[in-house]
Amino acid sequence: MEEEICLEKVYSKPTTLLDVKMHYCPGCGHGVVHKILMEVVEELGIQESTIGVAPVGCSVFAYNYMNIDMQEAAHGRATAVATGIKRVLPDKYVFTYQGDGDLAAIGTGETIHTANRGENILTIFINNAIYGMTTGQMAPTTLLNMVTTTTPFGRKVEANGYPLKITDLIAQLPGAYYVTRQSVHTPNNVRKLKKAIALAFKYQKEKRGYCLIEVVSNCPSNWKMTPIEANKWLEENMLPYYPLGDLKVPPKEEVK
Amino acid sequence: MGEIRLMKGNEALAEAAIRAGCQAYFGYPITPQSEVLEYLSKEMVERGGIVLQAESEVASINMIYGAAGAGARVMTTSSSPGISLMQEGISYIASAELPCLIVNVQRGGPGLGTIQPSQADYFQATKGGGHGDYHLIVLAPNSVQEMADFVFDGFDLADKYRNPVMILADGALGQMMEKVEFKEYDPSKRTIPAWATTGKTKDRERNIITSLFIEPERMELQNKILQEKYAKICETEVRYESIQTDDADYILVAYGLSARICHKAQQLLRKNGVKVGLLRPKTLYPYPYKILNELADKVKSFLVVEMNAGQMVEDVRLAVNGKKQVYFFGKMGGVIPTPEDIVNEINKIMKIS
Repeated sequence: MEEEICLEKVYSKPTTLLDVKMHYCPGCGHGVVHKILMEVVEELGIQESTIGVAPVGCSVFAYNYMNIDMQEAAHGRATAVATGIKRVLPDKYVFTYQGDGDLAAIGTGETIHTANRGENILTIFINNAIYGMTTGQMAPTTLLNMVTTTTPFGRKVEANGYPLKITDLIAQLPGAYYVTRQSVHTPNNVRKLKKAIALAFKYQKEKRGYCLIEVVSNCPSNWKMTPIEANKWLEENMLPYYPLGDLKVPPKEEVK
Repeated sequence: MGEIRLMKGNEALAEAAIRAGCQAYFGYPITPQSEVLEYLSKEMVERGGIVLQAESEVASINMIYGAAGAGARVMTTSSSPGISLMQEGISYIASAELPCLIVNVQRGGPGLGTIQPSQADYFQATKGGGHGDYHLIVLAPNSVQEMADFVFDGFDLADKYRNPVMILADGALGQMMEKVEFKEYDPSKRTIPAWATTGKTKDRERNIITSLFIEPERMELQNKILQEKYAKICETEVRYESIQTDDADYILVAYGLSARICHKAQQLLRKNGVKVGLLRPKTLYPYPYKILNELADKVKSFLVVEMNAGQMVEDVRLAVNGKKQVYFFGKMGGVIPTPEDIVNEINKIMKIS
């Protein structure tokens, strides 16, 4: 007879994440961020009072994975949609989940004005420096000399301007309360992101203003790398230009 | 009925929205309808409503999407160029089947155009406007009284069919002052729809508001659902006013401000013994095809009068279907036709038919 082994269950997927296959490519950061976000929603016990807004981009189907009420916004309009929701349901938790094209190109106007109004919402901003869903065109955050299908000779300043540090821009606005840049390319960074999301929801409960969490992420498929190569490239190229850490934190006396 | 007040069309519309239980308004200033936002910024806020001056019409219509999706009764207003900016959002709202009220106080175009009244957005309002197969329910007021009345009707129709409703007015109706009487209306009867994203409780599945149906078969199904709804709307919601059409030899067809001018022309012609009737559509979608087709059996010809280059005339020709001649008279770019213009047109038509 075989020896019985009693194992303690130390981890399971959050119940706020639906048990379905995701459409994301192997190694993509989206799946991890979805899971972390839903873990926080579960741990805070706010599933019944959280409404998410999905963007246009690779995460357009975010609502297929998150077991909460959600709305799908037009490209770039997620924070306007979230503003509409939050204004009529001010005591609910509202977040947008947006990519770099959605937030920093077509939706720049909405992003800045939502932040400037100090809307009490959280934006999770996935920056992977490329348009994933449309298979690899230049993003506003594409690095200089980075090759994409629309910058086949590399992004050049003369033609395409500079990679947009929109998170730094938002941090300057008085309506923005908490602005931070995180990543999910190592387990340690995943843990830090989780803390940041929990903090942002806490601030939303206290009606402190707009919270923005940029997640510097990868795109193995369109960067044309293996997941491991992509994470290494992210560390060597993305992080020097988009350094991790808090860009705006609440004044000390306000923190409870 | 309630108190009688003297108000601008834009203000009467705004006041009606508050009385109809509009919970949130999102808009951006544009002439000739900025009074709506101004009026609501004071009156609606004081009475507990939500008013937000957005950074653009693009943002406004997407705020409407979010708030309507969250179950609130919501409205936005604008004028022609601003309504053009909203078209993407309106298409999404129509596909996601969100009830809301959109008001277009039309001005002359194309382009930046003029701030004077026009009816040149008829095609945009009634045939789609944005991308994809969809329709708004379109109401066309012709007085300050109807600017108010159609707000109540518009909100109710939007809820009844889970469909965006447009009030298609013009700069003159928005700016003119007339007496208006607000009807008794109890907005507390409206309940939050079961499909709204108000937070997923344990007793129900999550609610999703979307216009994305990536599988073509599912997208086709969504289109079929919409088309069935539009067919039902066409069957049950056609509204029009018919003035002295029973004995008429000639029928004037006009809506909104043009219909009022036609009414004056009709009176002048009747004085001279010319038997002229007036058919005024109150709903531009659904359109009163049936009554026009029936009238075609009895009259000599039709004259369609619009403040544009000839848009609604196409629907009249569809309705009449070749049975009789359908003539057109229009003024463009913010110019308003006079009753005498119309009398002259009828006199010309009488000579040839």
